[in-house]
Amino acid sequence: MHVLRATVKRIAVPVAVLAGLWVLWESYRWVWSTTGWGWPFIVDEFAMPHLHDMVARLWDPAQTGGPMLIQLLLERALFTAREAFFGFVLGSVIGLAFGTLFHFFQLMRRGVMPYVVASQTVPILAIAPMVVIWLGGKGLPVWVPVSVIAAFLTFFPVTINTLRGLDSTDPRKLELMRSLAASDWETLWKVKFPSALPYIFAALKVSATASVVGAIIGELPSSIQDGLGGAILNFNQYYSLDPTALWATNIVTAALGIGFFLVVVLAEKLVVRAAPEQLA
Amino acid sequence: MSGPHAAAVSIAGVSKTFEHGSTVALDGIDIDFQPGEFISLIGPSGCGKSTLLRIIGDLIQPTEGMVLIGGKTPKQARLDRDYGMVFQEATLFDWRTVAKNVALPLELTGWTRQRRAARVQEMLELVELTGFEGHRPWQLSGGMQQRVAIARALSFDPSLLLMDEPFGALDEMTRDRLNIELLRIWEAAGSTVVFVTHSISEAVFLSSRVVVMSARPGRITRVVDVGLPRPRGIETREDPLFFELATEVRELLRESHGAGEAV
Repeated sequence: MHVLRATVKRIAVPVAVLAGLWVLWESYRWVWSTTGWGWPFIVDEFAMPHLHDMVARLWDPAQTGGPMLIQLLLERALFTAREAFFGFVLGSVIGLAFGTLFHFFQLMRRGVMPYVVASQTVPILAIAPMVVIWLGGKGLPVWVPVSVIAAFLTFFPVTINTLRGLDSTDPRKLELMRSLAASDWETLWKVKFPSALPYIFAALKVSATASVVGAIIGELPSSIQDGLGGAILNFNQYYSLDPTALWATNIVTAALGIGFFLVVVLAEKLVVRAAPEQLA
Repeated sequence: MSGPHAAAVSIAGVSKTFEHGSTVALDGIDIDFQPGEFISLIGPSGCGKSTLLRIIGDLIQPTEGMVLIGGKTPKQARLDRDYGMVFQEATLFDWRTVAKNVALPLELTGWTRQRRAARVQEMLELVELTGFEGHRPWQLSGGMQQRVAIARALSFDPSLLLMDEPFGALDEMTRDRLNIELLRIWEAAGSTVVFVTHSISEAVFLSSRVVVMSARPGRITRVVDVGLPRPRGIETREDPLFFELATEVRELLRESHGAGEAV
């Protein structure tokens, strides 16, 4: 009963917010288009399509005589999801490894950390062509370079938070492990990692959505047409003719990001068994 | 063990100066604890009683002097898991159940799952927490958490138990009850206990001997023998001898510390 009520509340609140946003969107649209105000921009079908038109566009053909847009977008989303998933996993593994190494080796932290930070100031669009050249045409599937580009975006928060989490283990717990003559490995595995998990999961949540963005951006310089990146680029060019198609694509893209995020939240619920107040 | 007469803990000329500033935490501590004794270290804050406990446990190193635990260096005793430690905070792992918290030292020692489970049952029985195996630490009261910590410290049957103000954060009624329980556990386990406290009545009630310390520099003022009969219980606190000894300890603390500060 309690669980049911909590579930209803969890669903009802975001739905209510969505309804509120819809009301805001449509009222703004109505006020600006009836008064004809031109500031900050003129409101018409191109600037602000009706929300219901965006959703309805999903069930219209993608192109004349073609399949429904939603079918096309779901196929594209699946393709991008695979790139993003492998990028997420790769980035997380690298991030965990970096964070752990930096925790144990002060010299490595001093020497390598600045470059890890520097790597994130480089826009991925600037490194994507190199990755595509290095990894493309090696008999690997075309999406592999894209996953690597997504990983480039996701390893950073995992590195930072793993390090932070391992560093902030309760010193009293470490003293206890020392009194029990535990090895470094046992201390890492039985105390430091469990203590760091809330930090690591916070990073994984950031990475989950970033991996989707990374995959989409990574598709552009790779000229991959099978993913959402290709669809976005395509509908961008036809925006003045078919604005709701791009909006509809954005809805599907956002849904994919939310899906990734929710998977991490679910995994966290299953893995982290800390005191309730320690869960974000 | 080096011979049948080896002291449980032997402290010879131990001094500790902390690097930051020139704070002399301990100055020339000399004392032996016999096997099976219950020793309390009492003194004002800054007298180095916790420092002394940590030196015995090889968690920090003395600047001078030597400690032997059953004839071994503290480091060897730690590596051999000769002592169990209980801190002021229970220091339980939230991600482990009560049973798995108690089993932690046994996992490190490499006991099989089956042997661990049997021992955990035994220990929870000892601290009267049977039925709480599957609970999480945060579901227990402070007193219960501390009992889990005691069960964990005793799970691998160490000959020495080091306790750093284990009941300091508990209310007085819980503390009194746990004192009686601790004596029962101590008598059952037969280990030597070194117990740091700043409560006079707790020290007198529990101990075979009370080591009264003074601060700046940390020194032993006097060692008070507690001749109260065992087993001790609620009635012990009404024994005239209990009052006498508590008064003696209080006066020793006052002497060494100046009359102004209450302890």
